[in-house]
Amino acid sequence: MKKVLAFLVAVAVASVAWANSLLINGAGATFPYPIYSKWFDEYAKTNPGLSFNYQSIGSGGGIKQITAGTVDFGATDGPMTQDQINEAPGRIYHIPMVMGAVVVSYNLPGVKTGLKLSGDVLADIYLGKITKWNDARIASENSDVALPDQGIVVVHRSDGSGTTFIFVDYLSSVSPIWKGKVGKGTSVNWPVGLGGKGNEGVAGLVKQTPGAIGYVELAYAKQNDLTYAYMKNSSGSYIEPTLESVSKSAEGVVIAPDFRVSIVNSSNPAAYPISSFTWLLIYKDMHDHAKGEAIVNFIKWAVTDGQKYCESLDYAPLPASVVGMIQEKIKQVKY
Amino acid sequence: MRNDTSDIFFKYFLALFPCLILLLVGGILYQLLSSSSLAIHKFGFKFFASRTWDPVIDEFGALPFIFGTCLTSFLALLIAVPIGVGSAIYLAEYAPSSVSKAISMLIDLLAAIPSVIYGLWGIFVLVPLMRNNVQPFLGKYLGFLPFFQGPNYGVGVLSASIILAIIIVPFIISISREVIMTVPKVYKEASYALGATRWETIQKVILAHAKVGIFGAIILALGRAIGETMAVTMIIGNNPNMTFSLFSPGYTLASVIANEFSEATSEMYLSALIEIGLVLFIVSIVVNILARLLIWTVTSGESLALKTGV
Repeated sequence: MKKVLAFLVAVAVASVAWANSLLINGAGATFPYPIYSKWFDEYAKTNPGLSFNYQSIGSGGGIKQITAGTVDFGATDGPMTQDQINEAPGRIYHIPMVMGAVVVSYNLPGVKTGLKLSGDVLADIYLGKITKWNDARIASENSDVALPDQGIVVVHRSDGSGTTFIFVDYLSSVSPIWKGKVGKGTSVNWPVGLGGKGNEGVAGLVKQTPGAIGYVELAYAKQNDLTYAYMKNSSGSYIEPTLESVSKSAEGVVIAPDFRVSIVNSSNPAAYPISSFTWLLIYKDMHDHAKGEAIVNFIKWAVTDGQKYCESLDYAPLPASVVGMIQEKIKQVKY
Repeated sequence: MRNDTSDIFFKYFLALFPCLILLLVGGILYQLLSSSSLAIHKFGFKFFASRTWDPVIDEFGALPFIFGTCLTSFLALLIAVPIGVGSAIYLAEYAPSSVSKAISMLIDLLAAIPSVIYGLWGIFVLVPLMRNNVQPFLGKYLGFLPFFQGPNYGVGVLSASIILAIIIVPFIISISREVIMTVPKVYKEASYALGATRWETIQKVILAHAKVGIFGAIILALGRAIGETMAVTMIIGNNPNMTFSLFSPGYTLASVIANEFSEATSEMYLSALIEIGLVLFIVSIVVNILARLLIWTVTSGESLALKTGV
């Protein structure tokens, strides 16, 4: 139904716009939707005759649509698997556009933002091994906080989501038990906990339930004034999730040339550990010259001038080193 | 009866429409079967018996979702039927007609509220109420029963069933009231003339006459309860476990499709979700047949189809 509707809307928009302008169709991740629509809007102002139509149907949908060739570009929060890449009719490029992070929120009466958590403690909470807030392992990291003798209510996303992917990717990278028992994906087989639908579902459950812990996007947590934990990174420092500490995750680390790289638990000592890129998916060889040129020019603009819109929308900008890599990569696109 | 060609033409023309319905149902079944063939071949009957739902390793089983759908629908009926039928009797038989009309209009309005609104109301009003007042009370006084044990989150099977009951109650009231009002006045007058009290008349004349129609209303409501998606997803806690504690979170067939379809990337995952749709289709049919059999025995074979049109 959604797809049919999206198709009908696309047809309607296309038939109006077709007369004298170029329409670029895209579909995919919901997480970057606010910044993408801001970009499309701003970019269209300086490029009359060009318009974008982006359907935020989810990362999985974006991958399916670009593989089927029904859209000119896709967008995803988790990189495509090797199987998915092999299935596509042409070579697909992953282009990082912006960075996001997942924060751990909690509801503990009397405890404000800044509870300190390490990755293995978080993994054991989500595995159901740590069940009380005053557990010795949480207490040893938070000697200055009076932790109540309260049961932990674990909350996770019930819908498949890029946010979940980033979160469990992180848990897999810090906990071998999590990696073996649960693994990573946009939906996983959660050992314990309640499922809330969407960021708002998780935030609602966490806000209402005393003793709850959940994870939401950084932007969502900031805009809704949620409490969040400082996470221990690979260098042993507890890092507050901020736009700077998220950007740091991709700085000074080795980035694979195809950009299909996980940057959770980054080795940068100032990095917030639960961070990720969000990618645009395009074909290396574009058959439509006009569209190909427009998409490439748009990407060049978005990763440079466009990054200034990040902050007001609570996305973390790409570090300069990554922008340089993208500019090199994009030269290889043929149209 | 005079017959002419326009009459015959009209008959066949009308016959087209039910055929369209048959075609539609057949088409749905075909599509579900063909799109889920991958999962059907891999899991076979194990799909109905397995409790594992793990997209990471492509291992799928529908049992907790079947359990959740049946349990919540059953509980919702348990709550909604007495309230619904009771209200219908009151509105049709006791209430002054101005009150009855006004309330009926409000009830029809309730039936038109989108379920996401019920879901939001559930999150912000019902769930805190359940967590802070209702469930602690039930746990304290009825905690010896296995249904009212376990941790109290507020969200869970009981809250979801109550939301479902609220959603389906207007259907039961509205249709039952209409059916009760169709009972011919002469029957009632005859009953009173024989010296029956009002309650006796309701029990022996009105309900006896209207029960097929009321059961029809309940079946319609049950269909709605089985398929209801959004409100349940928002309240049930979305955890595929299977316990008889009504406080614990659960999961339904419709919810898992709504939650996971948009991000299902692997072929097997998608196929398993479509097979969930097929299971939902089968569960609806089986429950409907069971309900009809039940009614058939209760009404000792009166034609259900004739009286309710369902």
